[in-house]
Amino acid sequence: MTGTNATRRWQYLDHIRRNLGPFNQDSDVSEEALEALGQAKILVIGAGGLGCEILKDLALSGFRNIHVIDMDTIDISNLNRQFLFRKDDVGKHKAEVAAAFVEKRVKGVKITPHNCRIQDFDEDFYMQFQIVVCGLDSIEARRWINATLVNMVDMDNQDSLKPLIDGGTEGFKGQTRVIFPTLTPCIECQLDLYTPRAAVPLCTLATIPRQPEHCIEWAHIIAWDQEKPFPDLDKDDPEHITWLYQKASARAQEFGITGVTYSLTQGVVKNIIPAIASTNAIIAASCCNEALKIATTAAPALGFEESYMMYSGDDGIYTSTFKYDKKPDCAVCGEVAKPLQVDPSMTLRDLLDSFAVKPDLQLKKPSIRADDKTLYMQFPPSIEEQTRSNLDKTLKADLGLDVGHEIAVTDPAFPALTFRFILSFT
Amino acid sequence: MAEIVTDQTPAVLRGPTEKEKKYDRQLRLWAASGQAALESANILLVNSGAGTVGVETLKNLVLPGIGKFVIIDDAVVSEPDLGVNFFLDESCLEKSRSECCTNLLLELNPEVHGDWYPKNKEKLDLRYILNSSGPFTLIMYTNPIRQEDLATIEAYASQHQTPVVCIHSAGFYSYFRFSLHGTFPIVDTHPEVEKTTDLRLLQPWPELSAFAQEMVKEIDTLDDHEHGHLPYAVILLHFLEQWRQLHDGKNPTTPNEKKEFGKFVLSGSRTNNPEGGEENFQEAIDAINKNIKVSELEPGLKEVFNHQVSSEVERQSSFWTIARAVGLFYQKHNCLPLPGSLPDMKAQSSVYVKLQGLYKAKARKDAQEVLDLVRESVGGEHIEPTEVDLFCKNARFVKLINAKLGGPDLGQIFNAEKADDEAAEAMKIETGGAFSLPLSNFFIYLALKATAHSPVATANEIINTVTQLIPQAADYERMGQIAQEVARARGGELHNISALTGGMVAQEVIKIITKQYIPIDDTCIFDGISSRSAPHRRKHPEFALRIRV
Ligand SMILES: [Zn+2]
Repeated sequence: MTGTNATRRWQYLDHIRRNLGPFNQDSDVSEEALEALGQAKILVIGAGGLGCEILKDLALSGFRNIHVIDMDTIDISNLNRQFLFRKDDVGKHKAEVAAAFVEKRVKGVKITPHNCRIQDFDEDFYMQFQIVVCGLDSIEARRWINATLVNMVDMDNQDSLKPLIDGGTEGFKGQTRVIFPTLTPCIECQLDLYTPRAAVPLCTLATIPRQPEHCIEWAHIIAWDQEKPFPDLDKDDPEHITWLYQKASARAQEFGITGVTYSLTQGVVKNIIPAIASTNAIIAASCCNEALKIATTAAPALGFEESYMMYSGDDGIYTSTFKYDKKPDCAVCGEVAKPLQVDPSMTLRDLLDSFAVKPDLQLKKPSIRADDKTLYMQFPPSIEEQTRSNLDKTLKADLGLDVGHEIAVTDPAFPALTFRFILSFT
Repeated sequence: MAEIVTDQTPAVLRGPTEKEKKYDRQLRLWAASGQAALESANILLVNSGAGTVGVETLKNLVLPGIGKFVIIDDAVVSEPDLGVNFFLDESCLEKSRSECCTNLLLELNPEVHGDWYPKNKEKLDLRYILNSSGPFTLIMYTNPIRQEDLATIEAYASQHQTPVVCIHSAGFYSYFRFSLHGTFPIVDTHPEVEKTTDLRLLQPWPELSAFAQEMVKEIDTLDDHEHGHLPYAVILLHFLEQWRQLHDGKNPTTPNEKKEFGKFVLSGSRTNNPEGGEENFQEAIDAINKNIKVSELEPGLKEVFNHQVSSEVERQSSFWTIARAVGLFYQKHNCLPLPGSLPDMKAQSSVYVKLQGLYKAKARKDAQEVLDLVRESVGGEHIEPTEVDLFCKNARFVKLINAKLGGPDLGQIFNAEKADDEAAEAMKIETGGAFSLPLSNFFIYLALKATAHSPVATANEIINTVTQLIPQAADYERMGQIAQEVARARGGELHNISALTGGMVAQEVIKIITKQYIPIDDTCIFDGISSRSAPHRRKHPEFALRIRV
């Protein structure tokens, strides 16, 4: 491709890159600054609904060196929105197929796929990028990359600060966030935006089901364990889902409950969130618009003032941008321990269980220490065994915890993090 | 724990079909009925200019499976297209843009059909194509557009009552505007589930009262298990009854009375247990505020009840026939037909299922009464009972789009929006930046619209065009800045802004085709600099602004 053609090809983008506008009058539009976009290395996490869109949008925003991480393979239910995949691609790695497709369509862009988990890479890997864009459906993965990027910041090295742009969707709703690690509120600071769904009490499932969901959860949690029809439950295996569906249907019939369907069974067991092409297009493009603005200064980006854009499209169209504050007691970017109010007569087990549903914690496998002693550790098995007897002890009378004591909680999902609390009693 | 695990399974146990698997994530939003509507849709795109926003919109319609689309575009693919349009590649250079985009879009979904025009190098005859490849469910056109093409589209659309959307994307800005030709009612609006609960605690029907009375007949001698499993609806009905006996037959209405009523309910809870209370009583207390209130008509339904139909055709449409019947029902009973769903509440399975059955039976009875009224009206004999059921179930949240006529003119809107901007600035200064209101997107609309037929305009030319309509616009600094920003793009599209706008337009088209959720009424303007969109509503023949907060 000749130079003139390249210039002509990117002329629309160049209009706004070469000409200063009223809202970016201090921007640098020298050839050198313009060159930086093509040189920038950008990381995309997730090659699913958002990821496919993000790769397309970045490639057509002038980014030429893109990496993408996704461990998943393509499923037939992806095809209604993950537009880089075809029926013949079912079963292949998402990152690989998506990268190859966009490389082929948009000449001159290099996309490197990684078919693995984000946790498989260390800080050295993440250090090579200038911007990270996330299109994930897992809160846990978001928290992990957020903690990693915040921990990487070295105040003496400007390049260690990687802007994190995070998109998320659910049905007709979505959000875009821009985070400058350590400088602006991080994902952990805003964790209470995601409220974990309250679980149905086990006794409801076991004795007094009322809803089709109760019958399905019963089949999933109780009947499966009792009967073990297959060695391990594979939520993507139709035979396994069919087994659960039949169990749930039988139970529903027994109690006179209607509404158990295959689709509902699958939805409950896999916790399926509705997803459509249009919302993904909106949120991914909004993320990439922010990435382009950060990389080129062609217009002011979200981040330092307002950092959060919320989108809702089921009742008309509504978007708004918010300013969040950094939390001084954030476990990732804060400096101080959080206050934690508990009932002194509760058991350690109750306390640990409560961490799973606490909106600002959401820890599934917590271990806990107090000042100098280990109260309970999930790993290794020998310590777990030694500390297990503490689980049924009460906090104050048995374990001697008191007001003002500091406790520290960790979870294998976030190895870099310690959640510190100062106790007070109800 | 129930130990009985039966091996008998229901007769019909069907797994999903291939198509249901593919569309699973969207069927959970608009169900088979919405999908069927999409699959019978035929969408036209009249494309022009940088040509990306319309194609991105189509992408988001082809993926979920519209029946057919047609692209009309007489452009030949050139280098700048390849830097902005994903549905073109180098092999497309010098070829017909409509043909190339159609082919690459069709790769996304083998179930969708597509066609393009013009077929050869012949001169584009828009009128002929409109008449030969329709009828269209909806027409989309993008700016810039030739005046005569726009006139052709508008004439066709108004003759066939076809919804039209105009889309304009340039630089960091975009807008789109729907013209729906008359009122557009939506029954299946999908309100939030929490809002739809209707327990009729203040207007219980005889069967419900009898059921509750029977359960609490000997409330004090019930064993702890039974007492702890009284459904909260029954608890509230019982304590309301008691409350009225103590308060001259009146229900608790003021916040204070409701608080007192809460304490009254709590006093009935048994505390001689390890938990020191009962979950079902707590559920009852939590349900007081939402469920113990006189239901008022939602503004949307009020508008439906007060609407004057404009023609005999509209009058005899099934929507308005059923709406009139529901109106009569409301006049007679002073309440709407019961939706019939019962939220989950702590209860014994058999009790809950019985209570659920009562609500369902009452809903069926109400729907039958509405159906009888429908049958009595002219044309009502052909209306399907399922349509009446759907209306009754959703009656409270039925909504009219494009219902209002008249309103202030452009200049008046301009003044109001400018005043709002100034108030927002003042607020920002007053609070030291701690509190700021968003600025109006209206001026973006004006500046973009000024380039609807001539994309490459200078800021001065844009201001000149705007001031022909609104003389005072020349004096507003922000109007000037926005004109500069539009001029900066020189009619070029940014892929991100077009992808985002294409997502929003597709979403609205889906709502209009499926008649589900609530479509925008009627203009949306996006500012990619501040990352905000704002809906505007155009009121014929002038503009009126309605920013939803
Ligand atoms: Zn933080």
